[in-house]
Amino acid sequence: MSIDTIEGHGPAPEAGATADTPVLEVTDLNVTFRGFGNNPDVNAVRGVSYSVRSGEVLGIVGESGSGKSVSSMAAMGLLPDHANITGSVRLHGEEILGLEDKVMARKRGKVISMVFQDPLSGLTPVYTVGDQLAEAVTTHDKKIPKAKARERAVELLDLVGIPNPEHRYRSFPHEFSGGMRQRVMIAMAMANDPDVIICDEPTTALDVTIQAQILDLLRTAQSETGAAIVMITHDLGVVAGFVDRLLVMYAGRPVEIGTVDEIYYGSRMPYTMGLLGAVPRMDLERQGALVPIKGNPPSLTDLPPGCPFAPRCPIAQPECDLAEPELLTVGAQPSAETIRATSEENGQAPAQVEDTGDRRVACIRSGEIETNDWTAQDIYPVPDIPEAEGTGGEREHRAEVLRVHDLIKHHPLMKGAVLKRRVGTVYAVDGLDFDIREGETLALVGESGCGKSSTLMEILGLEKPQRGSVEVMGRDVSTLSKAERFALRKDMQIVFQDPMSSLDPRMTVFDIIAEPLVTHRVPQDEITRRVYELVGLVGLNTEHVTRFPAEFSGGQRQRIGIARALALEPKLLVLDEPVSALDVSIQAGVINLLEELQAQLGLAYLFVAHDLSVVRHIADRVAVMYLGRIVEIGDTDSLYKSPSHPYTQALLSAIPVPDPEKERGRAHIVLDGDLPSPANPPSGCRFRTRCQKFVTLSAHDQEQCTNVEPQILPVNGGDQGSACHFAERQEGAV
Amino acid sequence: MGKFLARRLLNYVVLIFLATSFAYVLAATNLAPRDYFEQMQPPPDPELVNAQLDRLNLNDQTPLAERYVTWMGGALTGDFGQTIQGGSVTDQMLMKAGVTLRLIVVATLIGSFMGIAIGAYAAIRQYRAFDKAATGASFFVLSIPTVVIAIVIQVGAAAFNDFIGFQFFRYSGEYTAGIQGEWWELLINRVYHAILPTLVLALALFAAFARYQRNMMLDVLGSDFVRTAMAKGLTRRKALFKHALRTAMIPTITYFTFTFGMLVSGATFTEKIYAWHGMGAWLIDSIARQDVHVVAAVSWFMAVTIMLASFLSDILYAWLDPRVRV
Amino acid sequence: MSSTTERPDRGSQTEAPAVPPAPSRLKDVLRQLIATRRVIIGFAMLAGLALLAFLGPVISPWGITERDYLATLDGPSPEHWFGTNRTGQDIFTQSAAGLQKSLLIGLLVAMISTAVAALVGAFAGYFGGLTDRALMWVADLALVLPSFVILAILSKHFMGASGWLILVVLLAGLSWMVTSKMVRGMTISLREREYIHAARFMGVPPRKIILRHILPNMSSLLIADATIMVSTAIIGETALSYFGLGVQPPDITLGIVIADGANFATTAPWMFLFPTALLVLLVLAVNMIGDGLRDALDPTSKSRRS
Repeated sequence: MSIDTIEGHGPAPEAGATADTPVLEVTDLNVTFRGFGNNPDVNAVRGVSYSVRSGEVLGIVGESGSGKSVSSMAAMGLLPDHANITGSVRLHGEEILGLEDKVMARKRGKVISMVFQDPLSGLTPVYTVGDQLAEAVTTHDKKIPKAKARERAVELLDLVGIPNPEHRYRSFPHEFSGGMRQRVMIAMAMANDPDVIICDEPTTALDVTIQAQILDLLRTAQSETGAAIVMITHDLGVVAGFVDRLLVMYAGRPVEIGTVDEIYYGSRMPYTMGLLGAVPRMDLERQGALVPIKGNPPSLTDLPPGCPFAPRCPIAQPECDLAEPELLTVGAQPSAETIRATSEENGQAPAQVEDTGDRRVACIRSGEIETNDWTAQDIYPVPDIPEAEGTGGEREHRAEVLRVHDLIKHHPLMKGAVLKRRVGTVYAVDGLDFDIREGETLALVGESGCGKSSTLMEILGLEKPQRGSVEVMGRDVSTLSKAERFALRKDMQIVFQDPMSSLDPRMTVFDIIAEPLVTHRVPQDEITRRVYELVGLVGLNTEHVTRFPAEFSGGQRQRIGIARALALEPKLLVLDEPVSALDVSIQAGVINLLEELQAQLGLAYLFVAHDLSVVRHIADRVAVMYLGRIVEIGDTDSLYKSPSHPYTQALLSAIPVPDPEKERGRAHIVLDGDLPSPANPPSGCRFRTRCQKFVTLSAHDQEQCTNVEPQILPVNGGDQGSACHFAERQEGAV
Repeated sequence: MGKFLARRLLNYVVLIFLATSFAYVLAATNLAPRDYFEQMQPPPDPELVNAQLDRLNLNDQTPLAERYVTWMGGALTGDFGQTIQGGSVTDQMLMKAGVTLRLIVVATLIGSFMGIAIGAYAAIRQYRAFDKAATGASFFVLSIPTVVIAIVIQVGAAAFNDFIGFQFFRYSGEYTAGIQGEWWELLINRVYHAILPTLVLALALFAAFARYQRNMMLDVLGSDFVRTAMAKGLTRRKALFKHALRTAMIPTITYFTFTFGMLVSGATFTEKIYAWHGMGAWLIDSIARQDVHVVAAVSWFMAVTIMLASFLSDILYAWLDPRVRV
Repeated sequence: MSSTTERPDRGSQTEAPAVPPAPSRLKDVLRQLIATRRVIIGFAMLAGLALLAFLGPVISPWGITERDYLATLDGPSPEHWFGTNRTGQDIFTQSAAGLQKSLLIGLLVAMISTAVAALVGAFAGYFGGLTDRALMWVADLALVLPSFVILAILSKHFMGASGWLILVVLLAGLSWMVTSKMVRGMTISLREREYIHAARFMGVPPRKIILRHILPNMSSLLIADATIMVSTAIIGETALSYFGLGVQPPDITLGIVIADGANFATTAPWMFLFPTALLVLLVLAVNMIGDGLRDALDPTSKSRRS
């Protein structure tokens, strides 16, 4: 790792460390990964500066590849050898960039600590969580007796809310749920009362109710240790209510910095504005079409000289391409003439000054945006999505495209890789009832492990279910012959979550889209015509068809997947988390496309998602699943306005809203614990073990919850139904 | 737990039984014990040959099924019949098995330990001189058949002995013929003889393990948990040693099962070339002598060792990896 | 319509390109192969050896079994480039002919065993259940069979003109198991890939899914594995022939030539040195290619090596 620090800048180490010194101060940090062989260098971070003071929370937001994680890893000294780091990182005024690993190791985990994103792979699989936690203590205090370290580890486990810590100390990471592993990671970061905690996407891999728990815990951790927190995330909702100041990054570079309110309510950078406009809002009733940002983030290997966002920016000017704009206060940007003049003299990259604490923007038109008070809707062309035609009329009068009745899917629970054996039954899907009518969207929502995916696989398999029935286009699938089943597949197709793995990497786009047509023996010239028609329909270019999936970005790949699903002109499209793997700005375009296609082709959607914001935006009806059962179902508006099941209420309450004001005023319902194992669901009402309502009930009422399984009964009149004994008494509240 | 262990063991027993039966049938139909006697000088009386063959249960005039049942009946009770010269196969096998196992076990321990250590270190020093040297060396060794390694080392040792003028290296036999002395003198003599053949086997094994361990180590080097360990204050070196190496050793254990077959045949050649009286050398000699029972017995032995190795690696795997522990 | 991507002109939509341009993934792999020094050296060495193997016996003035009674146990000379053995046979001619056969055996064994491994593994992995258990049980049984014993017992059948082909089939039949287990494991993970699910849900029959989606997606590893198998087969055959249990005279392989020379390793080193060097070079070349291929083709190992 080669490191250059800025000399003669700022106060000398230690001497200047006063109460006013920021705890962590990063100045003009640049990280370049040297390319191996013929690969070009990657400029992952270019001139990042920020500072955090004790007790302050700084958010860093950006999409994948924006360099937000790399910059913090560089600060921790955790980057691999081939990273070339320049700039300055000061911890309590002391330069720590370029310190020897041995010296730096003494600071890591003691003064500055980090919580990583993926709790699944973040803990060593072969040691117990307790030992790994105790190691964090013993590493910094070699003289501490084993028993003492162990005691501290148990104490920490208790502090982060691991039930039964004495016993859980001996558990291995794989025996913990994702949420519990993240708690252990936080405990590790807190172990030595650090002054700065860097949280790198700490809740990204978690479900919303667990996310709410972890965010709560991080707040506790902060008040407990008084540490400064750097919160890195792509989720504009998470930061809204959590941080004081915000740094927005794009293509390795900070493009806007300021307090949360300044940025959320008056962003002066088109990228940030677009990002905020692209987020589907759970709290807004009629949001209209989302703001899509065209194109994709630039490659970090070969950046053009100008503003990296210019190619995607709706208000870019010729001057934007001349030089990269500096991060300056609003209105302080040089005029277009000055830029033209200076760029003729020297086209050098502007020097980045340190974080002054002021609100600053890297856009030459920031002044203009400020004066005109533009919003995202003003500068971005928002597509006009036509209302669906021909699907009008009462829901009851439209044809059913899918009906699922009392569907169950149980599979054996196996244990042991060496000695494999059955130890129980997983009740993955346990009695589902719902139907979808022509042209409507039903969203199936729930946290991971609730049985959404198993339900899809059961339906799409078109085999006789273990119990209950599945009717597609009014035909019971268990009565189908082989040929009929094959023919019926035309009417129901699927779009998958992961655009990486949903397309065969060895086939061209043409072959991928043509595969369903070939399989169903469509004549060759018809196939060619249809493929080109589909390519146009999903917004891809004709020349794309000869390329391979690897050459496309996530959003484009998802479009290819949609084209393939549409090839056979299905009436029902099953969408399995179709946008959850995409960045916000890309996601908006795909959501808009899905809405357009539905209006244009009269498709029915079965939309499976965990993101309730997206669901509110796209679905007509919503079914909330918990442990293999639907707990509440109803039309979107009434369900979001007046959720009647305690679980729905908790889910809705747990989602952070990208609106700082609202977010600060909201009281979140934080559920206890994890989802129980679907192999061993609680008796009676399955939700009662985590239910916020249950604990307030009288012993007699509790008995009913424990012993009687609630059935879905209508609430709030009309379409909405809820499986809770005490649902009617609920007042709707978000 | 016990039931599953039992089921697995039962599967092993069935596999071993089938493998042994297959080898017996193959040997009985393709080897010609009659030729062995008929080629004797002076040619014996055909009646005598028949009687001898009948006594040994090797007569090709007896139906194969009958011979098989007789032999397998004995084998199941631990009696693998008689060698073509009339000795007890079981007795000789016990003696020779010890020789082979000693060779294999010591070579495995040395080879795998060296391979894992060097492979892991090479991964940490990726692209540096040590990595390049270790990778090049193991690659080169892997390209040389064990037979050639054995011969080259033997020839080299002979040349060295000639050069310095006395027997520094011993490259023939398990011990000096007719040696007498204290128990420790005998032991040293045996160890002396064992150095070269063990080295030959260990070398090939070392190369395979070094390459495999290097790849496995590289896989975990960039792991999140190594980063976590460093983030809590461990130095890079300590994080790699304590967290990465321990985890990267798990797949290597499974790899051991795959290399075991290679090891057994390698041991056969080494024994033969270094004139050790082990199972491998015995097998090759027996085929030349048309000795059906020895061939079948050696097959049984090899099947048992392969199964044992696989069972052992399963257990080691479960011990090292809490994720599969039952 | 979405405004995120420019839409193509409607008029151009019906014109399909006649032939899709060459897949750029192939170009990618080729570029990477060329950048991998090991593969280049390996191919160059292999080409040289193949040339020697097929031209050597032709250009040599001596026949394979021809004896020069005037020159027995002679060192390398203008008449006998690699020297002669104790019966006056030309080592160069013998080595070249042996090399030829060894090369053929290696290639054939690799092809057959990889094909068997791919099919067995893919079917076992894809169908699971009883098919899986039955096929893997067979593989387990084959693993337990001491292959060396079987080959040794059957060695007397390797006589005659096509005898070595029997050896090829047997070697292949005894070496597919480990690869098939690997293929099975990969199939199980590929089976859960979403594009496999997509194919299933559009009605593609299982046999076609295996041939169209599963096997092509592990072809890179299969090719690399087949290359390694070439060297394994050559080494195996050499060892057998060394003990006289492999290819039978008058057929000749490197193993036979080496076995012949081993006893004279100190007294007439050319008899041992030349064929051994050829063998080691051959295996080294094949290993270099296989290893380089594996790196170039396996996306997961890309980060590992330059």
